[in-house]
Amino acid sequence: MSSSGEGALPIPGAPSARRSSTRSAARPPAAAGARAARRRQLGVRAIALGYLALLLLGPVAMIFYRTFEHGISPVLNAATTPSATHAFWLSLEIVAIAVPLNTIFGIGMALLLERGRFWGKAALGVLIDLPFAISPVVVGLSLVLVYGKTGWLGDWLAEQGIQVIFSVPGMVLATAVVSLPFVVRETMPVLRELGVDAEQAAETLGASPWQTFLRITLPGIRWGVVYGVVLTTARALGEFGAVSIVSGRIEEQTQTLPLFVQDRFENFDSTGAYTAAVVLALLALGTLLAMNLLTRITRRRTEA
Amino acid sequence: MPKRTVAIALSLIAGTLGLTACGSSGGGGGKHLALVAYSTPQSVFEKLIPAFEATTDGKGVSFSQSFGPSGEQSRSVANGLHADVVNFSLAPDVERLVKAGLVSPTWNQNATHGFLTNSVAVIIVRKGNPKHITGWADLVKPGVQVLTPNPFTSGGARWNVMAAYGAQLKEGKTPAQAQAYLTALFHNVVSQDSSARNSLQTFLAGRGDALIDYEDEAISDQKKGAAIEYVIPKDTILIQNPVAVVGQGTTSDSAKSFVEYMLSPAGQTIWAEHGYRPVISGVPGAGKFPTPPGLFTIDSLGGWKTVTKQFFEPETGIVTKIEQSLGVSTAK
Amino acid sequence: MAAGRRAGFGGLRLTARGGSLLGKGLLGIYLTVLVLLPIAALLAKSSTGGLDAFWREVSNPEAVAAIKLTLIASVIVVAINAVFGTVIAWVLVRDEFPGKGIVNALIDLPFALPTIVAGVVLLALYGKDSPLGIDVAFTRAAVGLALLFVTLPFVVRSVQPVLLELDLAMEEAAASLGASPLTVLRRIVLPTLAPAIISGVALSFARAVGEFGSLVLITGNLPFKTEAGSVYIFGQIQNENLAAAAAVSVVLLLAALLVLALLTLFLRRRSQHVL
Repeated sequence: MSSSGEGALPIPGAPSARRSSTRSAARPPAAAGARAARRRQLGVRAIALGYLALLLLGPVAMIFYRTFEHGISPVLNAATTPSATHAFWLSLEIVAIAVPLNTIFGIGMALLLERGRFWGKAALGVLIDLPFAISPVVVGLSLVLVYGKTGWLGDWLAEQGIQVIFSVPGMVLATAVVSLPFVVRETMPVLRELGVDAEQAAETLGASPWQTFLRITLPGIRWGVVYGVVLTTARALGEFGAVSIVSGRIEEQTQTLPLFVQDRFENFDSTGAYTAAVVLALLALGTLLAMNLLTRITRRRTEA
Repeated sequence: MPKRTVAIALSLIAGTLGLTACGSSGGGGGKHLALVAYSTPQSVFEKLIPAFEATTDGKGVSFSQSFGPSGEQSRSVANGLHADVVNFSLAPDVERLVKAGLVSPTWNQNATHGFLTNSVAVIIVRKGNPKHITGWADLVKPGVQVLTPNPFTSGGARWNVMAAYGAQLKEGKTPAQAQAYLTALFHNVVSQDSSARNSLQTFLAGRGDALIDYEDEAISDQKKGAAIEYVIPKDTILIQNPVAVVGQGTTSDSAKSFVEYMLSPAGQTIWAEHGYRPVISGVPGAGKFPTPPGLFTIDSLGGWKTVTKQFFEPETGIVTKIEQSLGVSTAK
Repeated sequence: MAAGRRAGFGGLRLTARGGSLLGKGLLGIYLTVLVLLPIAALLAKSSTGGLDAFWREVSNPEAVAAIKLTLIASVIVVAINAVFGTVIAWVLVRDEFPGKGIVNALIDLPFALPTIVAGVVLLALYGKDSPLGIDVAFTRAAVGLALLFVTLPFVVRSVQPVLLELDLAMEEAAASLGASPLTVLRRIVLPTLAPAIISGVALSFARAVGEFGSLVLITGNLPFKTEAGSVYIFGQIQNENLAAAAAVSVVLLLAALLVLALLTLFLRRRSQHVL
C-alpha cells in the first residue's frame, strides 16, 4: 500500500497523492438511515470547517484586513520603500541560490540512496532529515559555532578574506540547511517507482550514463523534483529563525523579507509590517498554486 | 561524472563566494561607516546621519546601520559583525569588545567618560493612569501587572532592575529589604520580552498596567501618539549609554568625526529633541528634562562589573535566584 | 529483487570510477558543510566541560521548565492534530461542498507561511484587539495556539492519500452485515489510517518542538510560565551561554529524533502485518 513502512515519511503535498485530493468518494446512502447519515455528514463537516475557520481562515482574512484597512495607497507606499524592495530582492536572491543548490544535491542524493548499495544508508537518511527536526534557532547557533569568527573555521575563513556569518553567504547557508530534505524526500519515492528497467535498457543500447540520466531518468522524476523544489522554495522564502541569528541585522544589506517584517513591527510601522507580510503570504500562495497546478498536471499524465 | 554538472556546481559555489567578496570589501570610493547600535535610537540616527553627512567632516561618508537588542548586537560584533561605530545601552556591552580587542581600552577616557546620551528609568502607564501609579512602591501592590524585559538578554532590563533596587536603598532600606522588594516586583511581572523594544510592543498590545522603561522611549512614543503617560519616580537611576569607535582601520578618522559630531552641541540638540538627556551642558531644550531629587548612578551601586557579578550571574546571581524561586513556586 | 542486477546507476554508479567518485565527493562536501560540521560543533559545544557540565546545563530549573513546556505542549498539540487532521482529511476526501477546492489549497498555508507572519496574525486575531473577543496572548494557551497553526498541514496531508486509496467496498460489506457506523470506523477505517496518522503526528511533533518565530511574539516568553524550549535556547545564546544553549538543543533534538525513530519502527513492524 503506502510506502510509509520503509521509513520515508510522507511530506505534505507529495505527488503520492496522485489522485485528486478533492474528488469525493461518497456515494448516495441507502434510504434507510439516510437522514441519520446525512446529519452525521453535516456534523463532521461543521467540525472540520469550524476548526479551520478559527485556526486558518480567520488568521488569513485578518492579515489582509489589517493590511488594507487604511486603504491601498499606504500599502503601495510601504511596499515601495528602499528597505522593503531591498528585502524583497534579497529574499529572492537567497532563494535563487539556495534552492538550485538543494535541488542538485537532492537529485544526486536521491539517486545515491535509491540506486546505490552501501552500508550506512539509514545513517545518511537521518543526517538528511536532521534539518527538519532541528529548531531553526539551533541551526543558526551551530552555523556560528563553525563559521563564525570564533568558530572552528573562523581563523581559516578570516585568512581567506571570506565572511560567511553576518553576511549574505551565511544567510544562504542557513536557508539551504533548513530547506535541505525536501527535494531528496520527494524524489526518492518517484525514483523507486520508476525502476531501473528503462535505464538499463538504454545502457544496453549504448547510451552514456549522462545521456541515460538526461533522457530517461530526469524526465521520469521530473514531477517529484518539481514538487520538492516548490516545497523547498516555500520553506526558504519564509525562513526566519536561523537567518535572524546569522544576519547581523544590517539594514538594506542583510534583511530578508521575514526579518523586515519583524523590523517594521518593532518600529511601530504596522502598515509596513503587514504589507511585507502580505507580500510573503502572496508569494506563499503563489507557491501553493504552482503545487496544485502540478498536482493536476501529474494526475493528467498518470491517467492519460 | 558529467562534466556539465560539475561545472554548474562549481560555478554556483564560485558565485556564492563572489557575493562574499562583494559583501565584505568596502565597496567603491568614498568612506563607509558601519554603525551597530541598540534598537531604541533607530529613529534618532535617521536624523543624525543626514545631519552629519551635511557637515564638512561628513561629506562623502556613507553608512550601513544595524539595530537590535544591545547585548545581542555587542555579541555579534565580538563574533565578527563588521562595525566602525557602536552605540549600546550600557557600558559592559562596550567592555566586551575591549576584551575582544576590538575597542581601545581608553575608549572612555574623554570628557563624557565614553557616554553619548543620558536618560532615566521611568514607569510608563496607561493614559489617565487608571491604577494611580506614582512610584516604585505601587508596582508591588497586589494585582498590578508589570512589564520589563528579560534581564539576561536585555541591557534595558538591567537598568530597570538596578533602578528599582537602588531606589529602595535610597529610601533607606537595607540590601536584604531591597532584594525582597525585587522578589515582590518580579512576582508582578507578567511578560519578559527579549528587548526593551519588544517590551514596549507588548505593553502597547494591551498587556500589563506598568512598563519600566527609558524616559526617551516614553517621550518618543508619546510623540507618535500612543495613549500613554510616564511617571518619573522620585528615586531613579541615571541611564548612561556609551558610544565607541571600533578598530583602527582606515575608517577610524571618519568614525571619530561622527562620534565628535554626535557629542557636539549640534548633535546633542538632535538627541535632546528626541527625548535623550544630553551629556554636555548648554544644549537648547535640555531644560525640559526634570531632575529627580533622588537621582543616582550605577557607580553608587558599585559599577557594572560588581553589579553584573552580584545580580546577573547565570547561576549565582541575585536576580537569577529570584526568578528561580518564583518559578519553583508558581510553575504548575 | 535487485539481487543479481548491477548496483548503482549511471553517473553515480558506485564502482570506483573516477567520475562517480567526484560526484559522491561533491555530495559529501555539501552534506558536510551544511549538516555534519554544524551538528558536530553543536555536540562538541554541549559537552565542553564534560558530562557533568552538560547535565548541569540541562537540569537548570529554567531549562527544565522550558523543555517541559515545549514537550507537553507539543504532545497535546499533536494529539489535537491527530483528531482534527483526520476529520479534516475525511471531509476533504469524502464530502462535497462549495469552496472545497479553495479550502484544500489553503491547508498548506501554515507550512509555507513564515513563522513571524503567523505570530503577527495570531496576535491580531486572538490578542487584545481581537474581533472575536478572544484574548489568549501571553498565556500558555498562546503557545498551544501557535503550535496548532504551524502543524496544521501535516496530519491532513498524510491521511488524505490513504483515504483516497481506501476501498469503500469493505466498509459497505461490513455495514450490510449489520455493523454500526461506529464499528466500521473503529474496526476498518481507523486501523487502515493509523500509519498515515502516525506519520503526520511524527512530522507535527518534530515541527512543534523546534518552533520559534511565532512563539516569540505571542507568548511573552515568561521564564517558567510561557517560555518555550527554543526561546530559552535563544536567550542563552544572547547571554553568551553557548554551552547551555547547545546542551538544551541536543536534548530537544534527541526528543524529536526519538519520536521519529519510534514511529518509524512502529510503522515498519506494522507493514509486516499487512493483510
